[in-house]
Amino acid sequence: MWRRPFLWFIVAAALVYALYPYFTDDVGMRESLLLAAVYIILASNLNLMIGYAGYVNFGNIVFFGLGGYICLYLVTALHWHVIPAALTGGAAVSALALLFGLGILRLRGAFFALATIGVNQAIQQLVVNFEPWGGATGIYLSLDAYGPLGGPMQALWTTYLMIVAVTTASLLASYAIRHSKFGLGLLAIGQNEDAASVLGVPTPRYKAMVYSASAFLPAVAGGLYFFKSGIIEPSSAFNLQTSIEAIVMVMLGGSGTILGPALGAFLYEELRGFLLTAQSFSQFQLVIAGALLLLIVQFVPGGLLGWVHQRWPRTRRWLE
Amino acid sequence: MSALLEVNNISKRFGGLQAVDRLSLTVNEGEILGLIGPNGAGKSTVFNLINGVYPPDGGSIVFVGQDITGGPPYRVARQGIARAHQIVQPLGGLSVLDNCTVGACFGRQGLGLVPAREVAREVVDMIGLGDRPDMLAASLTTAGKKRLELARALSARPRLLLLDEVLAGLNPTETEGMIETVHKIRDSGVAILMIEHIMRAVMSLSDRIVVLNLGSKLAEGSPQQVADNPEVITAYLGDSKLLSVAEKPA
Amino acid sequence: MIGILASVIDGILIGAVYGLAAMGLTLIWGVMNVINLAHGAIVVVGMFVLYMLVSALGLPAYGAVPVMIVLGFVIGIGLYWIGVHRMIGRPELMSLLSTFALNMVLIGLGTAWWTTSPYNVQVNMPSVSWRGYTFTGTHITAAALAVVIAGLLYLLLYHTRIGKAVRAVATNREAAELCGIPTTQVLAMAFGLGVALAGVSGTLIATMFPFTVLSGEAYQLKSFVVTVLGGLGNPAGALMGGIALGLIEGLATPFMPVSWIPIVEFGLFVFCLIAFPRGIFSFTKA
Repeated sequence: MWRRPFLWFIVAAALVYALYPYFTDDVGMRESLLLAAVYIILASNLNLMIGYAGYVNFGNIVFFGLGGYICLYLVTALHWHVIPAALTGGAAVSALALLFGLGILRLRGAFFALATIGVNQAIQQLVVNFEPWGGATGIYLSLDAYGPLGGPMQALWTTYLMIVAVTTASLLASYAIRHSKFGLGLLAIGQNEDAASVLGVPTPRYKAMVYSASAFLPAVAGGLYFFKSGIIEPSSAFNLQTSIEAIVMVMLGGSGTILGPALGAFLYEELRGFLLTAQSFSQFQLVIAGALLLLIVQFVPGGLLGWVHQRWPRTRRWLE
Repeated sequence: MSALLEVNNISKRFGGLQAVDRLSLTVNEGEILGLIGPNGAGKSTVFNLINGVYPPDGGSIVFVGQDITGGPPYRVARQGIARAHQIVQPLGGLSVLDNCTVGACFGRQGLGLVPAREVAREVVDMIGLGDRPDMLAASLTTAGKKRLELARALSARPRLLLLDEVLAGLNPTETEGMIETVHKIRDSGVAILMIEHIMRAVMSLSDRIVVLNLGSKLAEGSPQQVADNPEVITAYLGDSKLLSVAEKPA
Repeated sequence: MIGILASVIDGILIGAVYGLAAMGLTLIWGVMNVINLAHGAIVVVGMFVLYMLVSALGLPAYGAVPVMIVLGFVIGIGLYWIGVHRMIGRPELMSLLSTFALNMVLIGLGTAWWTTSPYNVQVNMPSVSWRGYTFTGTHITAAALAVVIAGLLYLLLYHTRIGKAVRAVATNREAAELCGIPTTQVLAMAFGLGVALAGVSGTLIATMFPFTVLSGEAYQLKSFVVTVLGGLGNPAGALMGGIALGLIEGLATPFMPVSWIPIVEFGLFVFCLIAFPRGIFSFTKA
């Protein structure tokens, strides 16, 4: 698999992404890139559901938020190091998703999409009422928590690199799944679930597996991100809006492709950064995102990459 | 000949309609069994029961000694039963080759991706889609989609193939081609259970025929026996002129 | 005991309004197989129409109800052509995303205009007292209006030619088209009707409770719970589902902290989706 130039391209791009702000020592750039990286993780993993299996998960942010909570809880209450804490968060959320997936994935299409909204909101409300996690006020980190990473300043750089690593892992996972039997089964489900089942694709198991797989890296990223922020609260951890924006990103770049969602996330984040700084637009961020989604869905449902593929079919082979 | 598939007394009711009523039938190794009957006789329902799309209300289905009653469909497929649908169900966004690769990956042999692709390529060539393996399934013609249904089912390397009106909607030349293909499949050792409306084709292809009416078995036997059965003539053929066509197999 | 009875009755009153909102959602679903994710935003439009008419123009509060029905119908037809028409017959996911995009635009415009701070419209209605318990006049009026509007919808759907056309399109669009029914216009009209129902329920809710631009989300989720209880695509079931939800809320309130109510609702929602995908109250096939 390492003979494929596409993989080297991903790794090279990730290295540039990781090292550019480091060598220029540009903290502002790092923060903007970090946010984009988090969005790439969310979009890329959401794409496993939307683009591959054809299931819209409106509540995808619940993985990110729960991962963040578990990680911060382990760091503050049990004094774990952030890396095992984030990984544990990822594993726990992934296992939870597997259990949950077996239930709600019995629902098809729109019913599933509705249920995911319900799941996100229910978990947010549960956390609001859950005192060990600080209820509505959430969990705060004290500065001591950054000690193991060499102090707060150094910790910011370290978490940045770790998040870029998770981003790279997300893209590689997207690639690996796309080129596996598992991925082929998912694509079949996405095209026509009944036909896939008659062809022998074990649909319930595959759906639960991809739901669980799409939970792992976002949950790890949630741990790292909220560790870096030093605070997590229910409203920011389970923000339905972010969930929806992740869908916009996937659609913008091209659902079902490997690079598309990452491209969409990056572009969307840059666009938003621009709109936020431009005075007259800052109020209309939501309107613009909505209008963008509307235009994509109606006129270019394949997104940027889908459009390129349609315009120049040969690009399908190397631009995945 | 030994029995490959044994259907014992299966029934299925939808609301007020008894779609299948205590039906039993057997498909032997290497044979083509035709399943005929007037519209609404429950033929497609029988297929849906066999490959586990829905569970029967009663009765059992045994395939190569294994009880497969009630599915789920993917488990039945794994056992070695593949199906070509009456209403074609291509995975439209995937290429012809990928469609067949799905069949090979998740069918009886459960191959890995690379060997599955090879099997798919072979089958695609044999079925006559070899000139357009990279075409998206959605952009095939109707005849092409019918062939793809069949190719995809065959890629699974099944022991039993369920063919649901694969000839419907084809023009005479295409029909000839398809009949030839079905012969080829049988010669490769795959047993076939086929639903078909085109009498000439059923009569010439089938080793035995089961006639279904209102969900239960009306008659069973060789094509000639069935065609001579007066009950079949009144219930199904109705018009004796149709019979004269049936009596002269091509 | 009487205390519980009082909160149950109040729950039923509010539930009737939930049912009205859900009817808008379920009508659209039943006719064109589109789950309207702009539903919540439209409920909010209804709230702010009340606010504008009462505060800015000085209209009597219930005068806003007929205005909102007409306005909602017009807005609905507009939204249909902007965001829904091209989605008809395409995969469900596309119409979900498209109506969600409409939702974002509406909420975004609303936030820019009114910010997210709470608004309140003072409506004076005499309360009804009974054995020492008072039932708020606005709740009783809102429930009564909801039932009246639901009755009018029933008459429209089952006793007019237009209603017949709508039901024909819902059952089989192609066959309806072959019978000479202008299906596109019927779809646009059904969407308009659904939006009008959602909007007017927002107006009624705003006579009872304070609201913000973001209130829609909560009511949208309630509508989902109701439609799932009542069976998607089943307007009569929606009213019953609404009353059931109101009843549950009313029953739960005395026994648990308010912050737990949403958990019960969402839990119920997910549970009903999985356990009763056709709804509890769906006696008839949608």
